[in-house]
Amino acid sequence: MSQNSFNGTNEQEKALREVIAKHRSERGCLMPILHEAQGIYGYLPAEVQTIIAEELNIPLSEVYGVATFYTQFSLQPKGKHRVSVCLGTACYVKGSDKILAAVERELRISCGECTPDGMFSIDSCRCVGACGLAPVMIVDDDVYGRLTEKDVPGILKKYMEE
Amino acid sequence: MTVQELEKRAAKKADLIKVRRIIREQAEALSVNTGYRKQVLVCGGTGCTSSSSLKVIEQLEASFKELGIDDVLIVKTGCFGLCALGPIMIVYPEGAFYSQMTPEHAKTVAEKHLVKGGNIVKELLYAPTVHEDGSVIPFAEIPFYKHQMRIALRNCGVIAAEDIDEALAAGDYQALKKVLFEMTPDQVIDTVLASGLRGRGGAGFPTGRKWAFTKASQGDVKYVCCNADEGDPGAFMDRSVLEGDPHTVLEAMTIAGYAIGAHQGYIYVRAEYPIAVERLNIAISQAREAGLLGKNILDSGFDFDIDIRLGAGAFVCGEETALMRSIEGGRGEPRPRPPFPAVKGLFDKPTLLNNVETWANISPIILNGAEWFANIGTEKSKGTKVFALGGKINNVGLVEVPMGTKLSTIINDVGGGIPHGKKFKAAQTGGPSGGCIPAKYIDIEMDFDNLVAIGSMMGSGGLIVMDEDTCMVDIAKFYLEFTADESCGKCTPCRIGTKRMLELLTKITEGNGEEEDLENIKEIAEHMKSSSLCALGQSAPNPILSTLAHFEDEYVAHIRDKHCPAGVCKSLLNYYINPDKCRGCTLCARNCPANAISGAVKNPHEIDLKKCIKCGQCISHCKFNAIEKK
Repeated sequence: MSQNSFNGTNEQEKALREVIAKHRSERGCLMPILHEAQGIYGYLPAEVQTIIAEELNIPLSEVYGVATFYTQFSLQPKGKHRVSVCLGTACYVKGSDKILAAVERELRISCGECTPDGMFSIDSCRCVGACGLAPVMIVDDDVYGRLTEKDVPGILKKYMEE
Repeated sequence: MTVQELEKRAAKKADLIKVRRIIREQAEALSVNTGYRKQVLVCGGTGCTSSSSLKVIEQLEASFKELGIDDVLIVKTGCFGLCALGPIMIVYPEGAFYSQMTPEHAKTVAEKHLVKGGNIVKELLYAPTVHEDGSVIPFAEIPFYKHQMRIALRNCGVIAAEDIDEALAAGDYQALKKVLFEMTPDQVIDTVLASGLRGRGGAGFPTGRKWAFTKASQGDVKYVCCNADEGDPGAFMDRSVLEGDPHTVLEAMTIAGYAIGAHQGYIYVRAEYPIAVERLNIAISQAREAGLLGKNILDSGFDFDIDIRLGAGAFVCGEETALMRSIEGGRGEPRPRPPFPAVKGLFDKPTLLNNVETWANISPIILNGAEWFANIGTEKSKGTKVFALGGKINNVGLVEVPMGTKLSTIINDVGGGIPHGKKFKAAQTGGPSGGCIPAKYIDIEMDFDNLVAIGSMMGSGGLIVMDEDTCMVDIAKFYLEFTADESCGKCTPCRIGTKRMLELLTKITEGNGEEEDLENIKEIAEHMKSSSLCALGQSAPNPILSTLAHFEDEYVAHIRDKHCPAGVCKSLLNYYINPDKCRGCTLCARNCPANAISGAVKNPHEIDLKKCIKCGQCISHCKFNAIEKK
């Protein structure tokens, strides 16, 4: 599982246990709990999965199985700024693969990785539904559309300075 | 809430909605009754929000304060459809259609148009709505809207999606009232059956039969589910319905609950759609508060409630058995059918699952009758279909046309044709499970059966247009990468088959293809189609088979001539500098990361093909278009 050292706080753990208590009586509660747990920690490290498994009284393997099945759940921490390039069909036919390559070149990491300083991580996603703006990339919650490769360095620079 | 209270509440904002629906002269007269001199509708769908439509609303509010305008209503709606030109803003009663709005434009419109005695700011209107002589054409008459018929999207872009009173005024929950008090469960099912409605999720199974099967199943507890896991990349029909008119989905699911005898519904929606999820949550709590969900709906004695379950980014969860497994909290892996969900579905109980767009058709069918719906469309495909137009087309956006509309009408009239005067090459429908429609079939009448006949499928409604610059082998590889990535791995034909086919396609696009590869691809495809567990695996070979059927020459060019006719596949291309165009500015040489470009200042440069890594940096830096890919 996660190789990074875990440094969750007591507040986070308290929030997690509250989330579990809120959902535990619902049928099929594991997915909503994982969604909210990832909201609390930013990812789902082994320690968090263990708490969920113990609280729900189900095997850790089941929690791990579900957490690794869905691409939205991450077992690795993400960067402070999350860059996501849409590789949906509408974006792809308009050259989003070149946008992704430009982002990778600029940040010197590959898709799915996080920069060593923890500032940026890159992911690809499948259609955010802003096809009218294709090709699209999303940094944190900001959507950038109608991109060309040349736009990428300038956009990333804004976040580097923060 | 009682029926009388429903009527009263629906009447409250009825005139406001009517102003947005009827022609200008009547709207102006009616507008007087509403208490608002004008209404400004701004699109708050994902497309327009991404291009900052919320900032347009903020600016309008600020300008209204500054100018003392207090009799103009601002309404945040769902999608108007013309996403390519967002943010869109429509002013009623005039029906003035402003496109590509910015906060500055909003300020101008407030100062010049929305103030008392103001006039339409023609230069900011969507150009096709202004005649040469300067007169304004109602936007319903422009080509983009003229060919459309909005049933599922009837309230999208008309009502404020977060206001149940506007939904009620637009007619939501009238069908539920009719069903609860005037129809038996069997009459409801017969109506849906007789309408000829087929599932809009892709397969086109008759909706009424699904309902009848689930009703006939033995079981004390039954469930109604909504599939809003719109996984086809480049498709956003369902998202737009949820963002624009969430109540119609809640209403239709409640109607189905009454018809089959269920009291609990689940909506399984992609977590990638935050706006849709938020609006659904708002709609559900408003409906509960109004007594339109929960115990004793409209005092009828019928109970029904709905909960939301979020997906987590797995394409296979669009498959019905996988979706139910995911709602149960497990890994979203499909299981063999039978038993079908109608017999044994969610939590092993009989379950009715329909897609969002299917649900959006139910209330109009109940209100207008099965015959009305069956008169629209073709012999075996009734009603309309919503398409998400994307790719190389001018009017990227959301359109709803009667079944049987010609593809050429959708692309050239509604879609406004291909940008930059390029040639239409193919349209892809059905996403990773579908196939392509080549140019020779551009006059095909779009319905379920015609598309299957030429090796594609309707799918959920994603329609990606490709021009001459698109390489069909590369597109097939793109879809295979998608399905290989999304294959859940449970069954061998899909898990191994997608991987092997992707390897073969990669080999071909890298210039290492051999003649026998095509035969191998066809053989793997046949095995996958016949023996995969679910539709994801069974349909994964479709994009390859259909591009192979219609564009075999492109595959052959890649394999035999090591040439990519569209100039897309990187390994098969070389970069050259055209000495006639090169001015010797040295910009390319200075930016080449591989030091592959040489030449003296003010003299034509040259690329050393041995060093070139084909990154394209030189092309993006050259100011004289001197660099060519061949």
